[in-house]
Amino acid sequence: MTALQEAPAEKANASPPPQRKNRFRRDRSLLLMVIPAVVLLVVFNYVPMFGTATAFQNYSIYAGFLHSPWVGLETFRMLFSDPLFWHSLENTLVLSLVQLVFYFPIPIALAMLLHSVLNTKIRTFVQSVVYLPHFFSWVLAVTIFQQMLGGAGALNQFLRGHGLATWDIMTNPDTFKILITSQVVWKEAGWGIIVFLAALAAIDQQLYEAAAADGAGRWRRMWHITLPGIRGVIVLMLVLRLGNVLTVGFEQLLIQRDAVGREAAEVLDTYAYYYGVVNANFSLGAAASLFKGVFSLVLILAANKIAHLMGEDGLYRR
Amino acid sequence: MTTATAKTKVKVNARPNWEEPPTPAGQAGKGLILAVVVAVVAVPLWMVVLTSLSTQGAVNEAGGMVLVPGGITFEAYRQIFTNQLVMHSLLVSLGITIVGTVISMVVTILAAYGLSRQNSWAHRPILLTLVVTMFFSGGLIPTFLVVSALGGYDAYWSLILPTAVSVFNILVVRAFFANTSQDLIDAAHIDGAGDWRTLWSIVLPTSRAVTAVVALFYAVGYWNTFFNALLFLPDNQKWPLQMVIYTYTLQGNAMPGTGQNTTGQYFGTQQIAPLAIQMAVVTLTLIPILLVYPFVQRHFAKGVLLGAIKG
Repeated sequence: MTALQEAPAEKANASPPPQRKNRFRRDRSLLLMVIPAVVLLVVFNYVPMFGTATAFQNYSIYAGFLHSPWVGLETFRMLFSDPLFWHSLENTLVLSLVQLVFYFPIPIALAMLLHSVLNTKIRTFVQSVVYLPHFFSWVLAVTIFQQMLGGAGALNQFLRGHGLATWDIMTNPDTFKILITSQVVWKEAGWGIIVFLAALAAIDQQLYEAAAADGAGRWRRMWHITLPGIRGVIVLMLVLRLGNVLTVGFEQLLIQRDAVGREAAEVLDTYAYYYGVVNANFSLGAAASLFKGVFSLVLILAANKIAHLMGEDGLYRR
Repeated sequence: MTTATAKTKVKVNARPNWEEPPTPAGQAGKGLILAVVVAVVAVPLWMVVLTSLSTQGAVNEAGGMVLVPGGITFEAYRQIFTNQLVMHSLLVSLGITIVGTVISMVVTILAAYGLSRQNSWAHRPILLTLVVTMFFSGGLIPTFLVVSALGGYDAYWSLILPTAVSVFNILVVRAFFANTSQDLIDAAHIDGAGDWRTLWSIVLPTSRAVTAVVALFYAVGYWNTFFNALLFLPDNQKWPLQMVIYTYTLQGNAMPGTGQNTTGQYFGTQQIAPLAIQMAVVTLTLIPILLVYPFVQRHFAKGVLLGAIKG
């Protein structure tokens, strides 16, 4: 994160670094403060990271990690020969792509629209309403969608009431990816505008004034000042999105998977969950998770490299 | 500083004189889009709350979710407040949220301060150790096996400890702490305050905005906890609210003690529609969020942005 960079002003203030041993003694209490966080992360993040080794075992819950037989790449051979795994990978990628096209631009457009509203009261009101769904759980959001668009939901009551054909969006596998994306838009697009609003506010107003004096209309000002002004943030958000291409709302899909069937709704995370936990095939589930973890890491590094080539900071500086 | 500019910008309320006056069509378009955006969020929430307050007659007349107020009754709330399962899950959710948020905040604030001092011993490698977990994780299965091996199955702590630390939140708070004037901290040290005292008396009181926002993030996370409960808590006597909503509203199973049948159809003799009861439980999970939200909302930008786009 960019937060890792120290402010240069602090560096100037700091006293010359004392001896190593003295620094350790001086900073004892600081180190003590870090211990709880480090312990929790070691136990619940690092130990499981090494636990991915179960992917190379034929893990049995009775034998445990230490006594389960090692099988090398056998689990991965099984994984890659499972058509459902490839199907869930395809679903994951398609969902990511649909969200990139139909979700990603919305917070940017909404932020620009809201930024152009001068009335502070209206702005604050709209902001407080659209931020709200971000704080709901997926269970809640999907419940609300079901009550609005489901077979017995408000939309179909209206259609039935007017003698029109009903339309159960919640259980239709063909439109499922659009449904998932619109849920993401409903829940997260409002919250997504925060970063862009700040970037917009940071653009130097004199640029606009100068451009207007030179005869640029509002659309040309948007194209030549506003968009370049928030380019860095857009690229940063894209890098984060690309790094998460294989992560598409696990809870969101998990709770809707049974309504539309696994053909349409199985993604890598739910695949790992159903094989690993529900069917107790731990090694296969761990292999699917490891596949996802490694590829996500590669993707985020690659996306960051592209950002650097475009002359932006991306996630970290070179 | 980004936040400072954002603040002064909000106060500018007049159109600068070099800007062309808005066209009526443009203004109308903007207004329409904003109205639709607000309605898309607000109308469903309104219908959820209204349905939970509606009589059986009003629900039947509407054919389900109620948009226009008809008969109003608190019967659904009377029923859920006497329902052992719902009340117990409410207590579980509140308990998890309170205990979890306290643990998370203590761990986060300590780690953030411990890593925020310039030149402190080994702070860079430790920071790197934390950040790695943001980009690579062991995944679901190994985490499940580790938590189970530690006795987390069927135990409440499995909803708290595995998710207690968010490295992102530590970075946000740390960025804020690092901005505390070094002179102020040096002065405290000269006056004999140790690091603990400095954190408590100097740094924390000047960081209320960011700690409020981060506490809200943690609290909402615990309040919304669902998957860990699905994973680790097999017994519905230990479920938090989200599991109750998932099982009895989303999946439409009959809720014990409400006389509701499995298909979600209405009992002719019931005084209250099952839908109203379901929506009352949904409303119950909305209330704490709506209560806390107004107090923290004005700090959002501060809390989020400092970590996200500083520099």
